[in-house]
Amino acid sequence: METKPRWLTVLDVLTAIFFVVAVFLVFVFAPMERTMGLVQKVFYFHVATAWVGMLGFMVAAVAGILYLIKGDRQYDTLGLAAVEISLVFFFVAIIMGSVWARPIWNTWWTWDPRLTTATIVELIYAAYIMLRQGIEDPDRRARFGAVYAILGFLSVPLTFISIRLLRTIHPVVIGSGDPSAEGAFNMSPRMKVAFFYSLFTFSVVFVDLLLHRLRMGKLAARVEELRLKVSA
Amino acid sequence: MMLQQTTPDTFNYFVVGYTVFFLVMTVYLVSLVVRYRNLKKELELLEELENEG
Repeated sequence: METKPRWLTVLDVLTAIFFVVAVFLVFVFAPMERTMGLVQKVFYFHVATAWVGMLGFMVAAVAGILYLIKGDRQYDTLGLAAVEISLVFFFVAIIMGSVWARPIWNTWWTWDPRLTTATIVELIYAAYIMLRQGIEDPDRRARFGAVYAILGFLSVPLTFISIRLLRTIHPVVIGSGDPSAEGAFNMSPRMKVAFFYSLFTFSVVFVDLLLHRLRMGKLAARVEELRLKVSA
Repeated sequence: MMLQQTTPDTFNYFVVGYTVFFLVMTVYLVSLVVRYRNLKKELELLEELENEG
């Protein structure tokens, strides 16, 4: 059985260090925003988790294309790993956004274009995981997963641009948004450091988790293969 | 008299937001570890069965 490579342990340690620094920057280094108070600090990890969500869905779409071209089942394992991680991060982003919205918008939830499209994305990928489980043949499952991940990804840029094109109360962090957005603020230099560092850290966290989830995916594939062999 | 805008006390929401984050991430990490261990055990068992057969 494949043992954990040393470089992966080094990456784990580095990721943990990056993460602790990110927590310090958000909790201590970044100043408190005056009009929103401490809840504004939710924004740093809210955006970073949403970023990881979108990044993973993109990786799954690319893995889907590569699977359809090359037919190598490792790309299916990669796609599933990316979707699973992104689903968790995107879920956290939605919940953190809802918690932030309560004192700022005076509601936990509203069917705003961004919130609606984000929910659709989450449901699309939750269905990806569930539907895969209903297909027993590994090749058919991989083909289905690849096509689904490519088509499902169309919902991701739609979510990203929804606050830039449609009338919304969701603030835009980078670029100019709807003037009616509530909770928008100008970032001070220290806030920018915490924000961009969080994005960087969460990208590293994603890569680290993806590598671990890939190892697990390969193990699961080996188990499935042996199970079929033994039961035959 | 000038009106002074006071910073709202949103500490509880800050705590809830980050509690959700750390809780969900911990559950996911634990689930990864547990699933990996279970797969390893299953693989060992299947390899034994294959060798017997």
